[in-house]
Amino acid sequence: MARAISRNSKIGWTVAAWLVALIIFFPILYTIITSLKTEQEAIAGFDLIPSFSFSSYETVQNQNNYFRPFMNSVVIAVGSTLLALIVAIPAAWAMAFSPTKRTKDILMWMLSTKMMPAVAVLVPIYLIFLRTGLMDTRTGLVIILMLMNLPIVIWMLYTYFREIPGEILEAARMDGATLRDEILYILTPMAVPGIASTMLLNIILAWNEAFWTIQLTTTNAAPLSAFIASFSSPQGLFWAKLSAASTMAIAPILILGWFSQKQLVRGLTFGAVK
Amino acid sequence: MGRITLEGVAKRFGDVEVIPPLNLDIEDGEFVVFVGPSGCGKSTLLRLIAGLEDVSDGRILIDGKDATDESPAKRGLAMVFQSYALYPHMSVRKNIAFPMKMAKVPLDEQNRRIDAAAKALNLTDYLERRPGQLSGGQRQRVAIGRAIVREPSAFLFDEPLSNLDAALRVGMRLEISELHNRLETTMVYVTHDQVEAMTMADKIVVLHAGRIEQVGSPLELYLRPKNAFVAGFIGSPKMNLFSGETAAEYGAATIGVRPEHIGVSTEGGKWKGRVGVSEHLGSDTFLYVEDTGLAETITVRSDGEVRLRHGDTVWLTPNEDKIHKFDQGGDRID
Repeated sequence: MARAISRNSKIGWTVAAWLVALIIFFPILYTIITSLKTEQEAIAGFDLIPSFSFSSYETVQNQNNYFRPFMNSVVIAVGSTLLALIVAIPAAWAMAFSPTKRTKDILMWMLSTKMMPAVAVLVPIYLIFLRTGLMDTRTGLVIILMLMNLPIVIWMLYTYFREIPGEILEAARMDGATLRDEILYILTPMAVPGIASTMLLNIILAWNEAFWTIQLTTTNAAPLSAFIASFSSPQGLFWAKLSAASTMAIAPILILGWFSQKQLVRGLTFGAVK
Repeated sequence: MGRITLEGVAKRFGDVEVIPPLNLDIEDGEFVVFVGPSGCGKSTLLRLIAGLEDVSDGRILIDGKDATDESPAKRGLAMVFQSYALYPHMSVRKNIAFPMKMAKVPLDEQNRRIDAAAKALNLTDYLERRPGQLSGGQRQRVAIGRAIVREPSAFLFDEPLSNLDAALRVGMRLEISELHNRLETTMVYVTHDQVEAMTMADKIVVLHAGRIEQVGSPLELYLRPKNAFVAGFIGSPKMNLFSGETAAEYGAATIGVRPEHIGVSTEGGKWKGRVGVSEHLGSDTFLYVEDTGLAETITVRSDGEVRLRHGDTVWLTPNEDKIHKFDQGGDRID
């Protein structure tokens, strides 16, 4: 009897879980479906069966070359992430292994900078970009996205480094390892999974960033987020084309995320799940 | 050579003095055990010797040379940690090789030493495995192997057996003792387990609140504890300590009688009481006698044949020659 009940509730929960997952995924699914419709079908109303027309993709590719914003996205996401890691690894290292009384305060202060809405600093940053010639350049975006994500990167790496037992580093010191050896042979290999999750999460954050990328670019450095936005204006709304552009923009990151699910979950839970 | 001398070594963390200035001599080839209750500073003292903590005062001499400001690696000591502290991403072979790699020992020499250590520690079949694939006892042996290949002037052990189960602990205890007999290298061993201290040590250092209470051979400590603390700490089961009138009878503030020095009888004796719990180990019987009016319980070690049960009335008689006497300050009176 007990078995039957548990099986029923199991089925119930499974169905509920699938439903919730479907609801969450539905906007993305509908975007993909719409991208496979013609423009007429797209504005005709709700319909889950598209005509599998690839004309929107063709138009999008012909009108605005997809590869230029794609390459911009890759350079900006990967560049800002690598730069953030170069700054964050020594910072997180110092805070994790030689903490002072103020370490927690510094961490909180860093995180607090993320609490301010980005738009609050738009004008000063816009002006700085204008005066320094960083406007609409990849370099400018790499710098700004690195700065925006740095607090989260440091915070995540700090959490990972803290998990490495101090005794192992002491053992290395007893074994004659210099600070360089310690970092090279012990710490880095042990921290690689953590650094990888941080890197992945940060690439996704940078890839999807749509405030600074739209505000600070026009054509030259515009990444995929700006590419999507360009379809909502000024020609009016073309649902099918917009959907096709969106699908093309999210596809690379979706595939990357799919292959690195395990690391990502660890990254998103800040190392709480092993 | 592995002679270690501590001269007025003290350690303070901020305003807290965890180790007041102390002096200690560890002779070459000696097996010295630091023992004491948790928080007594024994691990800190070991870490000071290792160089993992800086001394606040005093000097540490290794083979007569001042090593106070030397880095841990330059002191020529090897340490085995409580958590084993193996490198989880390296195979057993690479773990053992690591200190030699750091010291730039030639590869063929590295391999020779690894093979010798693996053979001595029964690790030959596990050299290619990762630490995560080994049992607790095997991990501990890898940690010891990593220490041996450095050919250090002294080994430092920080509670190396406390993460092992009881049966394995006895086995590893023997292995470490055998290793000491074979290598004849100085070993400094920290434990809170006085049985480990008694069975392994040439010399025991009893620590309490950072102070050295007594230094001596296991039997010296057992037979002539310098004060009431050492008397209560060394020996298992613990020595019975009585104060008040019972002690005054012997002209002392506190007296101590070991469980094995109390005779038990059902007919008559000095102190009357009731058996609370009796533990039959086969070889021995431990009786916990209550309602004597002297102490809450008196522990008596009797032979395995004794058939006494809960609630039985018994008479206890201490062996007068074996009574330890202590004054008001806890120091021994002879």
